[in-house]
Formats: sequence, C-alpha cells, structure tokens
Amino acid sequence: MALLEIKDLHASVADKPILKGINLTINPGEVHAIMGPNGSGKSTLSNVLAGNEAYEKTAGQVLFDGLDLDELAAHERACAGMFLAFQYPVEIPGISNMYFLKAAVNAVRKYRGQEQLDAMDFLDLVEDKKKVVKIRDDLLERAVNSGFSGGEKKRNEIFQMAMLEPKLGILDETDSGLDIDALRIVSDGVNALRGPDRGFLVITHYQRLLDYIVPDFVHVLVKGQIVKSGGKELALELENEGYASWVGEEGV
Amino acid sequence: MKIENEKSFDEIAEKEYKYGFVTDIESDSLPPGLNEEIVREISRRKNEPEWLTEWRVKAFHHWTTLEQPQWAKVEFPPIDYQAVSYYSAPKRKIDAPKSLDEVDPELLETYEKLGIPLREQEVLAGVVAVDAVFDSVSVATTFKGKLEEMGIIFCSFSEAVKDHPELVKKYLGSVVPYKDNYFATLNSAVFSDGSFCYVPPGVRCPMELSTYFRINAANTGQFERTLLIADEGAYVSYLEGCTAPQRDENQLHAAVVELIAHKDAKIKYSTVQNWYPGDKDGKGGIYNFVTKRGHCRGDNSKISWTQVETGSAITWKYPSCILKGDNSVGEFYSVAVTNNMQQADTGTKMIHIGKNTKSTIVSKGISAGRAQNSYRGLVRVQETAENARNFSQCDSMLIGDQCGAHTFPYIDINNPTAQVEHEATTTKIGEDQIFYCNQRGLDTEEAVNMIVNGFCKEVFRELPMEFAVEAQKLLGISLEGSVG
Repeated sequence: MALLEIKDLHASVADKPILKGINLTINPGEVHAIMGPNGSGKSTLSNVLAGNEAYEKTAGQVLFDGLDLDELAAHERACAGMFLAFQYPVEIPGISNMYFLKAAVNAVRKYRGQEQLDAMDFLDLVEDKKKVVKIRDDLLERAVNSGFSGGEKKRNEIFQMAMLEPKLGILDETDSGLDIDALRIVSDGVNALRGPDRGFLVITHYQRLLDYIVPDFVHVLVKGQIVKSGGKELALELENEGYASWVGEEGV
Repeated sequence: MKIENEKSFDEIAEKEYKYGFVTDIESDSLPPGLNEEIVREISRRKNEPEWLTEWRVKAFHHWTTLEQPQWAKVEFPPIDYQAVSYYSAPKRKIDAPKSLDEVDPELLETYEKLGIPLREQEVLAGVVAVDAVFDSVSVATTFKGKLEEMGIIFCSFSEAVKDHPELVKKYLGSVVPYKDNYFATLNSAVFSDGSFCYVPPGVRCPMELSTYFRINAANTGQFERTLLIADEGAYVSYLEGCTAPQRDENQLHAAVVELIAHKDAKIKYSTVQNWYPGDKDGKGGIYNFVTKRGHCRGDNSKISWTQVETGSAITWKYPSCILKGDNSVGEFYSVAVTNNMQQADTGTKMIHIGKNTKSTIVSKGISAGRAQNSYRGLVRVQETAENARNFSQCDSMLIGDQCGAHTFPYIDINNPTAQVEHEATTTKIGEDQIFYCNQRGLDTEEAVNMIVNGFCKEVFRELPMEFAVEAQKLLGISLEGSVG
C-alpha cells in the first residue's frame, strides 16, 4: 500500500486557488523532492497535508497510510505518523522543549495504544535520539524555539522528528536560512532517519539540499501543478536551467 | 467554569425549588434584609462579646452612608442588598445528595480531571460534612495538636473570638478598617466566619496551612473574614480556597482578608478561586468583591500574594501591601482567567512608606469568549520611603476576537529616590502556535492549555508545588471550548 496517495488535490488560501490538481504517490522507503519557484504552492501543499485550517482543500482526495485525510484533524494526522518540519518553527514561551516533547511523544503513544513513557524512559529516549541530530542539552531545557537561532530551530525540528518516529516526514524548506555546516548536520539527521518503512517529502527551492538528502524522485511544482517528474538528475537540470521554461518571463 | 457545570447548578437550583420552598426556612437562617437588628442578631447567634457587636453595628451604620463604588470596569445589574439573607446555616442536609452516585456525573468528571481525592470530592459535592471526614481520618486533630505544641493558633474566626479575644480585638480592622470601602464595611457588619491564624515569634510554621484543611473553607459562607498574624521572625504559608468547583447558591460574596507581618516575619498567601462563573450567556455566577490587604508592620518583613482567579462572574479584588517597615518587601503574582461573559477587575496596591522597601508585581490576564479582563494597580511611594523600588509586569493574552484586556496602572511617586519600572504586553494566542502543537500530536485543548500555562509560568512557580499542579489543570478546564 502506498504511504501517501494524493489524487487531484485542489486547495485555496483565503479563497484564492493555489493548488490546481496535484497527483503524487509516495511509497514507504521513498524520498520525494518537490521543487518549485516562489509562489508555486510548495508550502500550501505541506500545510494542506498537515491539516492547517488556514488552508482549504477544495477538491480531490488524499490517502495517508490508507486513511482519508478528510477524516483526520491535524493532531490525528500527527498521531497517525505524519510529521511536518516547519519552515518557520513557532515559539512557545514558558514551555520547555523537553516538557513539550514529552507531551507530544505521549500524545502520539496514547493514540497508537502504547503505554505512556515516564520521566526515566523518556530521558532514555532523548539520550538515544540526541545522537541523531547534534543538539545541545541547553536547547532542550529552554522554552520551545524561544531565542533559538535559525539553525537551532531547524535542528530542533529534526530532533522532534527523531523523537516522534513518523511514517512520513515532510520537510518544508528546511534548508532556508541554514549555513553550510548547519545544512550538513540537519541533512545527516534526516538521512539517519531514512529507512524502508519511512517516506519523506522534501520541499525546497534550491537544489543544494538535495546534494545532501539524495531523493529517489524529483517533481517540479509550478503554478499549483506538477509539471515534470523524474529522478534525482532532474534537480541538477533545474539548477542549470531554472524554472523559466515553465513559468515564463513574468513569473520568475 | 464552563458548560460542564451548568447542569449541576441547574440541578441544584431545581433541588432548591423542589425542597427549598416546601420546607420551612431552616431555623438557623435569618430572613432577607439588612438593618441594625439583623446585625445584632447575627452577633447574638454567634455569642460574640459586646465590643465585637458594637464594632459590627458601627460598620453597619457607616455602610448606610456609602454608595456602591462604580469605578471598576465591570457591569452588572444593581444588587438589592435587602433581598439577601445575611445569615444562613452553613450546612444544608436536606437537599444534599446521599452519595456520590447522586451527584452530577459531569461535576465528578471535573473533579476527576483535577485529581481531587475521593473523600474531598464527597465534601465538595456536599455528600459528607467536613468534620465527618476529619473525624474519620482525624487529620485535623493530629495537625492541630502539632501546631498547638509550637504555639501556632489556627482555627475558625468564631473560635478565635471565643478562645483568643485579646488577639482578635488587637488586630481586627487594623489593616482593613471597617470604614475602608463599601464591601469591606458590609463584611465588617455581617461577616459570617472565616479563618484565624497566629504564629508566635520565631516560629516557622512547618506546613502549608490549609493543605490539609482547605475544604474547611467550603462552607464558611459568603462574607468570609480572615485574619492572619505572623509575629516577629515568624513564617507562614497559607493556602486559601480550593481548585474544585464549589456548590454555592450565594451570588454575592464580599470577603475581607487581613495579614499582619511583624519585624522579620514572612507571610506567603496563595489563593485559587474557582467559584461558579455563570453560564455561557452570563446568567448566574458569583459576584466576588474582596478586600485583601497585608501590612508589613515591622522592619525586614515580607508579604507575598499569589492568586489564580478563574471563577466568578465578577471579580473585584486588589490584594495589597502596605510596606511600613524599613526594608520590607511586597509581592503580587496573579493569574486571572476570564471566559464567556466573565468580568475581572483585579490588581494590587503597593504602598511604600518605609525606607528601602521593595515591591514586585507580576500580573497575567487571560481573556477568552466575550470576557473582559482588567489589571488595575497602584504603586505609591510616600515622602518617607527613601530608595523604594518597584517592578511591575502586566501581560495580557487574548483568545479569540470578542474579548477585552485592559491595563490601568496608577503610579504616585513622592520621593525622588524611587525607582519604578512598569512593563506591559498584550498578545493574542496564535493560530500558528496551536497548529504547531497540533502537528506534534496535541489536540487543540491540550495546545491552548500548554500555551497558556507557558504564559503563566512566572506566577505558577510561586505557588506551592501541589497547588501549582492543580492550578495548571484548572486553567485548562476553565478555557475548555474557548478555541475552535
């Protein structure tokens, strides 16, 4: 069974149509990259999938692990194993990263019918996952994303992904705002999480990220539609030629 | 609270109708209305000494010359003070449920969420009387004995009047005089009962007072009076109230709390207030007009107020500190939550009189539904207060777009050496924050709870551990259904 099956997906933001018929299938173990120019609908796609209510799905169907996403609220999608690494991770003042993560891990476990982790088990898990993304202890104690640098926020997103062990990881322009060292660390984290049962949807503007996270498939998203799909070499092609041939002069 | 309680209160109201009207008014109640004779009768029934009777009567006469204050940012229909019964039996056995099985399951569910132990649930729901519980587990007697050994007096106000009249006479009205304000004056005339505590010189009270006694407060009635004295070098931490929703048919509440800290003494006073806030449309609910004031009488004394206010239809409350002793310290940490049609006008007064006095104010107001939430605070530095310092921080959080948050800081400085800082922020709970939490597996209620708790953290960490945990849960319950 496909992990994610998007059929003719249409979506709007504030009544403005953005996605105009997306079709995409991701199988377990596959890494798909979506590339596209600004305003092509990349972030809309990730937000619609994750269930952000500011984005309205107007037509089509999305099956996640066999479940119709229309039936699932945002938190249920997360519990069912969909993880969105945010382009702009949100700050939650006064709540420590650890406290937040423990609540998240236990919410997901509860949904899956697993036992709640107590403090000791949770700390063991943290120690285990800390190795995946080199994350400093003081970041774990600080309030969620408060005062984090851009790189620290993104690293924290990948750390959360490691902790929550999703079936599908959606990376929304995770490379934006990262210097080359941070990019490498974040990519190493993602690569460590790749496995035969887990799929990834990597959304990016630049080819650079795909040097580190090598995709199985690349799709080009322009004006709310996938205009071309191919293997990893398509990313290089785009790097050389740009999006101009699809968007025309006015859109670049 | 919220919708969950509507039913239970409806049910109570219904029971009143079913049994209350056919049964004679209990012999222990006085008819509605207020006059000198009623005031004297209250005092007589409580077997009070003459000086206290006369004090009440003086207060009553003064009250008749006053008008109800109108300056607070709260709106409510005029109160008919002659329609209120000023003395009623504290326990009403007739309409009380016989066991928890008869109590509204939704109310029980709330208790469950708050983690209230079964025995306390029984008391709160009115199944058993407080003394019955304490008799059976004899917690009260055990701890009372221990406190007595240390010279600590902790009892009901009525008992204190009987057993320690000299202390009551010396301190009653010394912080909140009977002429203080409309509601305090009314309380002085008709106060029902309350708590009294005296900690002798040099004694550190070994436990949070009322941790084990807190449910005592459940039946003390609508005009509560509390008097708490920490003698030289003494320390006491006092917890008032209970986090569970209480059965209460009295709409008008006007309590007075007086704290006195002598030289080197410290008092920590924590409150969680969770009375019935009325239904979603603002019907019913408690009017809570409280006067709370602490007097740092001696040098190096400290009084710290921490309050979590989530209940009542109207909250009018300004726990204050008079910093008379040199180097004395006053603190005020407050979380006030209003949802639906609730209105809160709350804050503090810090009056700096002594040298090197210091005060800290941290106020967090959360407004949801169509509620109005105001912070009103006064920082006054008298001519005598050399080197006084104050820091105030007032943060407001809005949930939804139909509620209001207001800040009314008053600053009155009469000494040029004073340092006064005031910070204020207003934030709206972010859809993006909620979505972020959702995307990590937390449902919207958990998300709001978490974000609001983070917002209130500076205040919660001032609460005694056990109280803090309950307060966090309470906040979540109070805001249920406010988003989405």
